[in-house]
Amino acid sequence: MSTADPYFDFLCRMGDNTLILGHRVSEWCGHSPVLEEDIALANIALDLIGQTQMWLGLAAEVEGKGRTADDLAMLRDVWDFRSALIVEQPNGDFGQTLMRQFLFDTWHLLMLQGLTKSCEPRVAEIAAKAVKEVMYHVERSGDTVIGLGDGTEESHTKIQAALDLMWPYVGELFTPDAVDEAMLAAGIAPDLTEMRKTFEAQVSAVMAEATLTIPDSRFAHKGGKSGFQHTEHLGHLLTNMQWLQRAYPGANW
Amino acid sequence: MYAQMIKSEATQDDPEKLAAFQVRIDAGDKIEPKDWMPEGYRKTLIRQIGQHAHSEIVGQLPEGNWITRAPTLERKAILLAKVQDEAGHGLYLYCAAETLGVTRDELTEMLLDGRMKYSSIFNYPTLTWADMGAVGWLVDGAAIMNQVPLQRTSFGPYSRAMIRICKEESFHQRQGYDIMMKMANGTEAQKRMAQDALNRMWFPSLMMFGPSDAESVHSEQSMSWKIKMNGNDELRQKFVDQTVPQAEFLGLTVPDPDLKWNETKGGYDFTGPDWDEFFDVLRGNGPCNKERLAARNKAWDDGAWVRDGLMAHAEKKRAAKLAAE
Ligand SMILES: [Fe+2]
Ligand SMILES: [Fe+2]
Ligand SMILES: [Fe+2]
Repeated sequence: MSTADPYFDFLCRMGDNTLILGHRVSEWCGHSPVLEEDIALANIALDLIGQTQMWLGLAAEVEGKGRTADDLAMLRDVWDFRSALIVEQPNGDFGQTLMRQFLFDTWHLLMLQGLTKSCEPRVAEIAAKAVKEVMYHVERSGDTVIGLGDGTEESHTKIQAALDLMWPYVGELFTPDAVDEAMLAAGIAPDLTEMRKTFEAQVSAVMAEATLTIPDSRFAHKGGKSGFQHTEHLGHLLTNMQWLQRAYPGANW
Repeated sequence: MYAQMIKSEATQDDPEKLAAFQVRIDAGDKIEPKDWMPEGYRKTLIRQIGQHAHSEIVGQLPEGNWITRAPTLERKAILLAKVQDEAGHGLYLYCAAETLGVTRDELTEMLLDGRMKYSSIFNYPTLTWADMGAVGWLVDGAAIMNQVPLQRTSFGPYSRAMIRICKEESFHQRQGYDIMMKMANGTEAQKRMAQDALNRMWFPSLMMFGPSDAESVHSEQSMSWKIKMNGNDELRQKFVDQTVPQAEFLGLTVPDPDLKWNETKGGYDFTGPDWDEFFDVLRGNGPCNKERLAARNKAWDDGAWVRDGLMAHAEKKRAAKLAAE
């Protein structure tokens, strides 16, 4: 399904990002390095799932075909997901999870700050709610990246490897396509090219404090937010997430 | 309950001090960490609070097993929040135990190498979504039976932890029952899941209260110190009396053919659990003991570099701040 409505697509991008990342983060539940992290990661996952309900709820309304946020989450297949590739990356070790989180959070906060000024009042309203939560996410993931980068030799090596692994998934978040351009033109969403400048300044500052080196490459994987070509990981994630709704259609839970 | 078969430690303290201590307990005083206390009281509490904390932590695993498969966004959020609460309970309880002179890391090591236990219930598997209902309804329900009276326990930090925890536990129980309602009133498959969950969880839930008081040699001292507030059989009876009508309301059958209302005692007659199975579970032979401990060990071992890294960083920052002063 490639929809003709870029607004619907855009809302799915917002909601699918938070859905898929929230799902990934929730996989840590009970398995974190330390109790405080278990609590913090559950908290982040909860925020993201809550935001998903708002974004996909609005998407379903805008679509006007009688679907709900749950229908969108549980009954679409891989090709209809509009999440960026970075969020479907497997958790890997704790360093990979935190690096994925920090890079996404930094993008996410800038995006939401831009969306609070959206000419679509519903979008601005959701963004205003989410922005408070995400300010806390980025502060926390940034501090953890710094702590691990500037910690022991081992933690430094591991978190640097995580940065090298995740960096090629950053570009997609900022590369405008037809949907992004339509949203910018309509005054619904901010300018990604402008956002990237702020992103780079913010990320560079954190990486400097973390004594980490940003890879000298602008190579970027793509295909997630357009839905053209997700990674193999997303199908397995959906198999798990959608199991009950697929196995027992129409049941009320 | 989350602390089963806690041995009370014999105490060899000055009889005069012991008597004065007992007077404080009997008067309903709260004992605070800096107060004098018998060595046996301290050790018993460390064991009991530690076991309770470990139960909250290991208890994340059976429910965590369904977080990624929750059927709706709302159910996923509710379950995540519940499991997060349990981690928080673990944290309060470890903090309470730490006031008695043991560290969280020491307690964790004892859990991981098997020197300390956690509740037998968390060694049972969660096989369908109805188990998320049954765990909240029965397991949190049984925990509450024990924890509500423990709000009045004599040790101040434990009592305060229990007050915070109990509020959340009753919420968990209602949420669990709500899942059961949906399932029991749902499709044939959902009803089957609900009944199956009750069939599997009923007796393990009864085991949570521990063996009969008649066989429990350690209860008396703990009762007089107000570390243990009620007898095991008494709480088990209360749990059955509360739960059977709830099962009936759901249209589910409690898997006990001999369950019968006894007018004279004003409670149900029921079949006790298989205590051989209980002791097998305690010995490490429950259906999931190996997986549960392996999961906790893996989390701890895999997380070592993270804890070390973050500590090293905090240390560097402290040193830099000192140097700047
Ligand atoms: Fe709890
Ligand atoms: Fe619990
Ligand atoms: Fe609970």
